[in-house]
Amino acid sequence: MSIPLSWYLILAAALFCIGLYGVLSRKNAIAILLGVELMLNAVNINLVAFWRYFNPAQMSGQAFAVIVFAVAAAEVAVGLALIISVYRRRKTVLADEIDLMKW
Amino acid sequence: MNFLIWFLPLPPLLAFFTIIIFTNKSKPLSHTIAIGAAGLSWLGSMVIFVKAVGMQEFGKHIFESSVNWLPTKDLWLQIGVRVDPLSAVVLFFVAWTVLAIFVYSIGYHNFGQPKGDHDLPGMPPHGAIVVEKGYKSLVPSIEPMYSRFFAFISLFAFGMYTLVLSNNLLTLYIGWEIMGLCSYLLIGFWYGKKSARDAAVKAFMTTRIGDVFMLLGIAFLYSATGSLTFSEIFQPRVLEALLAANTPVLGLSAAGLIGLLLFIGTIGKSAQWPLHVWLPDAMEGPTPVSAMIHAATMVSAGVYMVIRMFPLISLDAHTMTVVAFIGSFTALFAATIAVAQNDIKKVLAYSTISQLGFMIAALGVHAYVAAAFHLVTHAFFKALLFLGSGSVIHGMEHGVLHTGEHVDAQDMFNMGGLRKKMPITFWTFLIGGLALSGFPVLTAGFWSKDEIFAEAFGKGHLAVFTVLALAAFLTAFYTMRQITLTFLGKARTRAAEHARETTWTMTIPLIVLAVFAVGFGWVGIPEHFPGLGGILPNWFHEFVGGTLAELPEAVKFSWIPLITSLGVALGGLFVGWLVYRKVRNPAEDRLQIPLLKNKYYFDEIYNSLLIRPAYWVAESFTSLFMDRKVIDGSLHGVARFSLFLGNAFRNYFDKPVINEFLGDGTGKAVKASGFSLRKIQAGRVQYYMVASVVVLVIFAVLYYFLNTGM
Amino acid sequence: MTGEQIIFLITGVLILVSALLVVTTPKLLHAALWLVAALFGVAVLYATLQANFLAVVQVVVYIGAIAILFIFVVMLTRRELMEKGRQTRSNWWIPALLGLLILAGLVLLILSIPGVGRTVTVLPAGLDSVFALGSALVSPDAYVLPFEVASILLLAALVGAVYVATLDKK
Repeated sequence: MSIPLSWYLILAAALFCIGLYGVLSRKNAIAILLGVELMLNAVNINLVAFWRYFNPAQMSGQAFAVIVFAVAAAEVAVGLALIISVYRRRKTVLADEIDLMKW
Repeated sequence: MNFLIWFLPLPPLLAFFTIIIFTNKSKPLSHTIAIGAAGLSWLGSMVIFVKAVGMQEFGKHIFESSVNWLPTKDLWLQIGVRVDPLSAVVLFFVAWTVLAIFVYSIGYHNFGQPKGDHDLPGMPPHGAIVVEKGYKSLVPSIEPMYSRFFAFISLFAFGMYTLVLSNNLLTLYIGWEIMGLCSYLLIGFWYGKKSARDAAVKAFMTTRIGDVFMLLGIAFLYSATGSLTFSEIFQPRVLEALLAANTPVLGLSAAGLIGLLLFIGTIGKSAQWPLHVWLPDAMEGPTPVSAMIHAATMVSAGVYMVIRMFPLISLDAHTMTVVAFIGSFTALFAATIAVAQNDIKKVLAYSTISQLGFMIAALGVHAYVAAAFHLVTHAFFKALLFLGSGSVIHGMEHGVLHTGEHVDAQDMFNMGGLRKKMPITFWTFLIGGLALSGFPVLTAGFWSKDEIFAEAFGKGHLAVFTVLALAAFLTAFYTMRQITLTFLGKARTRAAEHARETTWTMTIPLIVLAVFAVGFGWVGIPEHFPGLGGILPNWFHEFVGGTLAELPEAVKFSWIPLITSLGVALGGLFVGWLVYRKVRNPAEDRLQIPLLKNKYYFDEIYNSLLIRPAYWVAESFTSLFMDRKVIDGSLHGVARFSLFLGNAFRNYFDKPVINEFLGDGTGKAVKASGFSLRKIQAGRVQYYMVASVVVLVIFAVLYYFLNTGM
Repeated sequence: MTGEQIIFLITGVLILVSALLVVTTPKLLHAALWLVAALFGVAVLYATLQANFLAVVQVVVYIGAIAILFIFVVMLTRRELMEKGRQTRSNWWIPALLGLLILAGLVLLILSIPGVGRTVTVLPAGLDSVFALGSALVSPDAYVLPFEVASILLLAALVGAVYVATLDKK
């Protein structure tokens, strides 16, 4: 018996939730971005699994995944650049200490 | 023609407004406008009179015109004019006397004389010092309120014309009241004098009493017949209906009650007893006023009204009895007072009251034409007498100013011998006095008085006849007394010695009126008069009699009334001259009986009986109690309560609840909540993210349950 | 249990364990390296799904670029005192709870999809998936527009990142 689709989807969901946990609970801003990466990968797994299991002749699943790659790369680049810039200014990468926009 | 009649009263009214608004400062302009207006009305009156006289059977083809004025439910109150034989002759004498008096006023108020040194508006002029050829003399000064006088008499003329020309009781009443107002204004002309002010109020109040009853009569008539127009009221069926209807008052019929009420108006206006008290006091006004208002025109208006309403008033015998009684009583009553008066104008005032009594007595005995005749002739000679007395007073005042002697210029006992000093005045006054006494044939007064006697006797009213005869004797007596004391004999004071004849503006009107006082009687010579009867037709009887539905029958001739009238007239004149040519001062005058001199104390009776209680009520009851305590008290109470309420609201509601709780409280609450809620804005990204995921989860759960479960 | 399933299970365990270590390890550099491991596992997964091109791209782009980038930045922002003390927030249980809740919800959702138990079908013969992907990405009927937009996005990101991270030379 082959692998049912649900296995992939559940795996992706678990990965997603781990990534979510990381985003919400880590102090370091870079660690937050690591969590974001995990979430994006979970999404990609979902997309490709759906592509393969429903209509592999139609390339939309893979195309979507490719676009997600591009977006993830862009986002990581910009995010890390921002973190570097903030680090240079305020000498910290802890998200809790970057709170100037408060009351 | 009908249209022209509307314009007759207008010139004096326009003159009044023009003088008041525009020409008050300019004396010559004012009197020119006034005389011009009077002249225009005079001209119009003459035109109408000539036209009226020229028509055949004028009584049947009168000039009438009216307009709707005020709506009252289904009907209209109207204003209208009417010229019938009665109003034509009345218009005649009104036009002449008004014009004469207007011209006379120029001279009376010393037009052309310098302004007085200490003259103030509101007081009679005192004279001005004039330097002539080196030495000073005091001359009469011009009246300061000259224009005002002419304005008022113009307004008065308007009122009189309106009254005479009216075709219904309402217009008549309007004219009546305007004249009442002018009477007040003119009696109180010299408002600086307290006596003048009091006299004006007295006149107004007394006539007001009469006017109220008259208004009641008018209202009753209107509600009973639905019309006030003479031509509609005097239709036979209307009169019969009024006679047949009964009223709960004194058992009179409706006609009788209305007639009585209207007659009470005349009692007030024509100064009959018991409302006679205002007329002697009205002599406080300038003499032209006395002449015009209180001799020739206004008091005549009362009689005119009764003559007008004769078809109605004559229906009920009770009313006629009252009329006859009042008339004859007043005639005798006033004549007795006149013999004891020393002021030249007061004698004439009482004489007027007496003569009006004659006319009213005549109406009371159904002598319609005689009453109208006497009305016209009396107007002429009484105006003449008053103007003459004014001339005498002026002459005396000239003497007073000249000699510096402070005597009352109006007291007859200070006069004497003025015949030589003031000839024109003397002769015209004599003519007037003879006319008043009823001097035979030559004077108009004789013809009219004789006709009254003839009617009274011929219709069998012997009581009236006797009383009137007595009154006529007294009339002649006091007239001669007056003439003797004033003009004959020797001057009793230095002022009288230096009296001077008055100017032409005063003497010309005297002459004109004297002509009428002589000539007017000859249009009414009865047919059966011995000797003279039949030479001239009794035009007056035919003409004026035509006003009524049926021409009244001329009374049969009888010797007794003729002899009586001759006797009393000549006898009175002779006795008067006899007694008074020797009297030098009031002490020698045996007729200075206190009762008569004090007018039977009527003024004092009215004062204590009516005036003082009224004042008491006004002062203590109404003013102090009602006004101050009750009305003001309740107002103050309301004010205090409002203040209390306001304060309570402010302190117990406004401040704590609205200010603190709502106003400040809201602010504080917002502040506190903001203070606590701002902590949401922590500035920490993860905090926000946790919050959003939590909310997302909650919504997802809700969504799931809502969609699938419920 | 077929071979595919065993491979899948092992890969799955690898991925999940690596991911857990990424989010819990206190040392940041270790976290980045564990990320590399997780990404590898995902690449293997792609291979089992017969998305060969994507597997390679995953390795090259994610591991080769993104993970390296992470390591660079971690190096650049090191401070001595920074990695001492807790690396997770004090209220870590809220995200944990949330994560578990969401996982449960998602699993429930997944299991309710009709046809979720289906197995893979044979690829159609003659399907060159790389070629097809390539033509889909540049074909006007297909996904050229998102492709181009993604290019522009990369350009913008490039420019932005360079600008933001530039040192101000004062």
